[in-house]
This record gives sequence, structure tokens and C-alpha cells, in this order.
Amino acid sequence: MADVTFREATRRKIVWAALLAGGAFLTLFAAAMHFQAKDLARYNVPPFIRYQVQSSILQVGFYAADVLAVLLAILTSVDTISGEIASGTIHAIATKPVSRWQILIGKWIGFAGMVAVYVALMFAGVGMVGRVVTGIVTPRIFLGGALVYLECLLALTMTVMCGTWFSTLTNGVIVIGLHGIAFIGGWIEQIAALTNSPHLATVGIISSLLMPSEALWHRASFEMQSSFARTLQFTPFANASAPSVTMIGYAVAYLMIAFATAIHHFCERDL
Amino acid sequence: MPLRWQILWTNAPGAPLHKADGFAIETQNLRKVYGKKVAVRNLSLSVRCGEIFGFLGPNGAGKSTSIKMLLGLVKPTDGQALVLGAPSGSVEIRRKIGFLPEDFRFYTWLTASELLKLHGKLCGLSALSLAERVPALLELLGLTPHREKRLREFSKGMLQRIGLAQALIHEPELIFLDEPTSGLDPMGRRLVRDVIRAQRERGATVFLNSHLLSEVEITCDQVAFIKQGEIVGTHDLRTESGGEIRVVVSAQKLPAETVAGLTRWCTSIRKEDDLLTFSTNSKEVLPEVHRYLAASGADIFSFTPERLSLEELFLKIMGEDRGL
Repeated sequence: MADVTFREATRRKIVWAALLAGGAFLTLFAAAMHFQAKDLARYNVPPFIRYQVQSSILQVGFYAADVLAVLLAILTSVDTISGEIASGTIHAIATKPVSRWQILIGKWIGFAGMVAVYVALMFAGVGMVGRVVTGIVTPRIFLGGALVYLECLLALTMTVMCGTWFSTLTNGVIVIGLHGIAFIGGWIEQIAALTNSPHLATVGIISSLLMPSEALWHRASFEMQSSFARTLQFTPFANASAPSVTMIGYAVAYLMIAFATAIHHFCERDL
Repeated sequence: MPLRWQILWTNAPGAPLHKADGFAIETQNLRKVYGKKVAVRNLSLSVRCGEIFGFLGPNGAGKSTSIKMLLGLVKPTDGQALVLGAPSGSVEIRRKIGFLPEDFRFYTWLTASELLKLHGKLCGLSALSLAERVPALLELLGLTPHREKRLREFSKGMLQRIGLAQALIHEPELIFLDEPTSGLDPMGRRLVRDVIRAQRERGATVFLNSHLLSEVEITCDQVAFIKQGEIVGTHDLRTESGGEIRVVVSAQKLPAETVAGLTRWCTSIRKEDDLLTFSTNSKEVLPEVHRYLAASGADIFSFTPERLSLEELFLKIMGEDRGL
């Protein structure tokens, strides 16, 4: 199932569209970084300011890669269960001598593999642009990439889980809605830290508990910045408040519970 | 069995796959309720091994839900179902089951060959076995010229054929076919009929759900009628003595009390002018009925027994179409 799902995912137009969008983004990003580097050199900007500005723009690049990867994880898998139940395609598979949990895990692995390739390509691309154009070597890029991949897996797992309950459209609305809550929550937490507002921080934390995906990005961004860049709080990616390791653990537990729930419900439901 | 059919099945023709007296399917008071709607109520049926069993009923009678319960796709609310001697839905038993869903659909980006290989792999077939069976099944179902075509280019009839091929890829002992001839032209229907018969010859059991009663009549050994989620009758199509017989008698001077006396043998009686029509469940009683009518002093011009067609039987059991 994993093999056929991987092939199915890669044959979808959305994957090619995402790769095209990713390629276009990397080209534009490289061009922008190049011209900005020339401008910074022309105006004799002090090296540490130049480093800070270029590091921040590099974070924008990683953030764009993160958003594209999460959207790809959601949009490719949104109808994998619900769509096949609605069309009856699942009947020919679920009557073969394979358990339903094997079908679900196989599909999940297929999509996870496809997203892994995409995250690796995009992170390698952004990292390469940073290195070649600006000479900046992104610190802990593998850890950052792994955290972003974990975020994609979280989005994928939630999509698969909701797909065992809801129709494709409802599933898409729920998962993108949850990711929206996480997005707002993540930024509220940052603003709360900058403005020193405990009430705002509580709202942000509740949002991240509801869906911890954006917290994973903030931690990834935190990891991929130098300790010097972390201390400066005047860029949008400065991570005034980096999510704790406990929050990463919470996200992993969240994913595992969602995965177990998806398996249980898919095994128990009528097809 | 023609040679091209034989090469597809590894067990010799006529060699039974299971005990002749065994049951491939046995259900007891199977019931499925969705909210307040009872889809299937107290479904009790037995299908013998090696039989071609027709499952008939109007739309909404509970046929699809019943099949889904037997396949383990839907969990029964109550009751028991044994398929090949094991509880329905068991993964091990599914190795011995093939299923063609109604309106078969699959990933449209797969080619016909890829689809069969995928289903073969899911059934645990080896690459060697697949290399033999995939081309043979494609040939059998007339799809060899289309083997590398993607399913999105297939017509409905071609999809039905490839759906049938995936149901047979692992030589199942029990095959569920849900409307297998839907979307097929007459040649395709004949092909499916031949495939079903070949399955019977190799000893497999076929559970057939079809609206085409003429197809069922010439293919099935036994049929069951389901109405409002309940079996309301069964009919053995193999035995000549089985089933209802209608007799049309052309007679004059037939006394009314003689007609009334027919109730001891007959299930329904109608008299219009010189034409008497009655039904009975056994042809054994016909000579006695003939003697009884003749003894009344009536002038009998013809006495014609007719077996009810399956369609007539279906309409009789199901009643008038209420637009369901």
C-alpha cells in the first residue's frame, strides 16, 4: 500500500504543481538574495547587520518551504480515505487479505515518504541558496528540517484521522482550520513574549495545544539561527519565545494519539 | 472446460475445493441498523459450497448491506455470519474470497496490468505467479490489447471486466459478484456468464447479486429473494420439480364448486370465461387435478402447465413496483 500510495501521490498534479511552485520560489529567492547581497555590499552595511538581515531573509525562505510542505501534506492526503470510501474504491482493497490498519499505515507511509522527499529538496535548496549567494551556513539545518518534517507528519496524520470520519471537503476545512489556529497561536505567542503580555501568551499556548504544528516551525526556526541572531528580537523570525522541548514532546504525543485514533476508527467503522 | 479456461485454474476441473455437503455461507438472524433505519433484519441464509447463488431483491431491499456484512466491510448490529466456516471479515478467510463491487472503480492512473499486479500482491501472490496469471486473465477477459492503457481511458464495460479479473486473480474459493454484467454489452455478458460457469466447474462458490433476472435464471443453481431486509423465499433452479407451476386450462361447463375445490392443490385460482388459470407448487399433483376436472363433466380443450419465469416469480414475491 505504501508503494502504491507513494506512486499515486507522485502522479498527482498537485505534487508537480508544488514542485513547480517550489522551484519557482527557489529561483526567485536566489535572485532576491543575490541582488540584496549586492545592495548590502554597495552601501557598505556593517557585516554583523548584513549577517542579521541575510539570516532573517534565509528564515523567510525556510518558512516558505515549511508552508508549501505542510500544504502539500494536507492537500495530497485529504481524500485518500474519505474519497476512497465515497467512491467505493476502498471496497476492492479492504476485501483483500490485508488488515485495515495495514491499509491505513501503508497509505500514511506512502504520503510521509513523498513529503520527506519534498522537505529534503526544499530545505536543501534554501540552504544551498544561503550558502552559495550569501556564504551563510545555516546552523542545525538537519534538526530544523526534521522538525518541519515532524510538522508535516502532524498535518498528514490529522488529515488521515479526520478522513476516517468526514467527507473530503469537511476534512480539508477542519485540517486547514486547525492549522490556521496553530498559525495564529504561534504568532500570538511571539507577540506576547515581545510585549510581555501573560494573557496573550495563555491564548497562544492554548492555540498551540489545540494544534501544535506552528510551534514546531518556531522551534525549527529557533534551531536554525545562530545564538547571536537569537538574541536580537527585531525580526519576524527572531523567536522571542521558542517553544520548549516539552512542546515538541507534546506534538509527538499528539501525533501518536491522532495516529492511533485514526487506526482504531478506520478499523471499527463501516465501509 | 475449454483449454484456455483450464490453464487459469490450478486445481483440476471437477476437483472440489471444499466438502460438497459444506456451506460456503451461513448466516443466522443477521441484522444491520443505521440509526432508526433497519437495513437488514433477521437475514438467515445458507449457500452450499460449489453453488452459484443468486441474491435477488428490489432496490433498497438490503442486498448490498448484506454482501458488505458477509465481506466484513460492515459490522452487523446483531446475528452471526460464517463465511467458509469462519466469522465474516477474518483476514485469513479473505485469502479465499474474491469480490467484484458494483460499479467497480480504482485508481485511474494505473494500467490494467498494474492493477492486477497490485491486487495479486495484496493477495500474497508471488511475482512468478503474477507473471503467469496477469496476462492469462487479461486474455480471458478480452483486455490484452488494453493491458498498458490507464483505467481512466477504460469504458464502463472494460472497468467491469478488469474488476472481474481482480476478483479472480488469486483463484478464490468464494466469489461475490455485485452486478457483474452492469454496463456490459451482450458479448460481455456472455463472457461473464462463461467465467462464472468456469468457476463452478472448478468447484468455486459464486454469490451473485444481479438485477438481470434472465442472466440469473440461466446462470444460478439457487436463488434467494430479499425484501425489506428479510429473506422472503428461495428457489432451486436446478430441479425441474422445484418452484411454482402455472396451469392454463381451456374448458367449458366447468361447475363453480369444482373450481372452488381446486384449493386443496392450488395456491392461486383465476377463472375468466372459458379460461381457468391456477398455480401449484408440485407437478406431481397435475394428473390428479386433471382427473378431478374431467370427472366434473366439463369439456376440457387444453390443459397446459407452464413454469413461472424467474421474473414472474420475482414480481409475484416482491409485489407491485412502488417506485423504490
